[in-house]
Amino acid sequence: MITVRYFASIREKLGCADETLELPAGIDSVQGLLEHLKQQRGQAWEVGLKNSAVLVAVNQSVAKMSAAIKDGDEIAFFPPVTGG
Amino acid sequence: MRSLKISIQQQDFSIEFECKALRSTHKDIGALATFTGQVRDINGSDTEHEMVESLYLEHYPGMTEKSLQDIVEAADVRWSILDVCIIHRIGELRTAEQIVFVAVTSQHRRDAFAACSFIMDFLKTSAPFWKKSKTQAGSHWVDAKDSDRQAVESWAEGSQKR
Repeated sequence: MITVRYFASIREKLGCADETLELPAGIDSVQGLLEHLKQQRGQAWEVGLKNSAVLVAVNQSVAKMSAAIKDGDEIAFFPPVTGG
Repeated sequence: MRSLKISIQQQDFSIEFECKALRSTHKDIGALATFTGQVRDINGSDTEHEMVESLYLEHYPGMTEKSLQDIVEAADVRWSILDVCIIHRIGELRTAEQIVFVAVTSQHRRDAFAACSFIMDFLKTSAPFWKKSKTQAGSHWVDAKDSDRQAVESWAEGSQKR
């Protein structure tokens, strides 16, 4: 199982804060997961995750789209940060 | 570095209390630099701006603390610092309320000033916090600013900008 978390504007667009799912067969990178979610979940997800400004963290560290993922990982998608 | 306090909290904080806590523990402190950020009522430029009623702050629990710790460790490598305290508030914050506090102690002022500024610049561009701005016209997520990204680039080793 993997945990996927969504934050801020992306969380609102998808209507989902976090979920646990089986790592889909054949998916071994963040990019792969992203494409899988966009294809499987319909238009809201395609639009919500389309923005080129989507950032990603794997196990709570910022990662590239090409980063590898495996069972047990926590993957997060979020927009550029605006704290402080 | 000797001590590090990181607190992500809804409730307000007291600058006086935090400074006193830092200053009273050790006698080798020669400098205490602090930064406090608060909710501004005007957002944008002189010609194009909006009046803000409140901000909603969201963060990524766990990653936030880890990210702040990494930033402080990077500052610790560059400057001689003793104690660091970072407080960041989350949730609904009205105008003029405090949002963020960064305090750094060191033996000498230059290290304290520089480290405090460095930590704030990186907090703004890499710690996972997001602001939603509420105005009379409705609410919207705040966009990241180019000027904040440029501030971080100016800390690169060998940069001529600083």
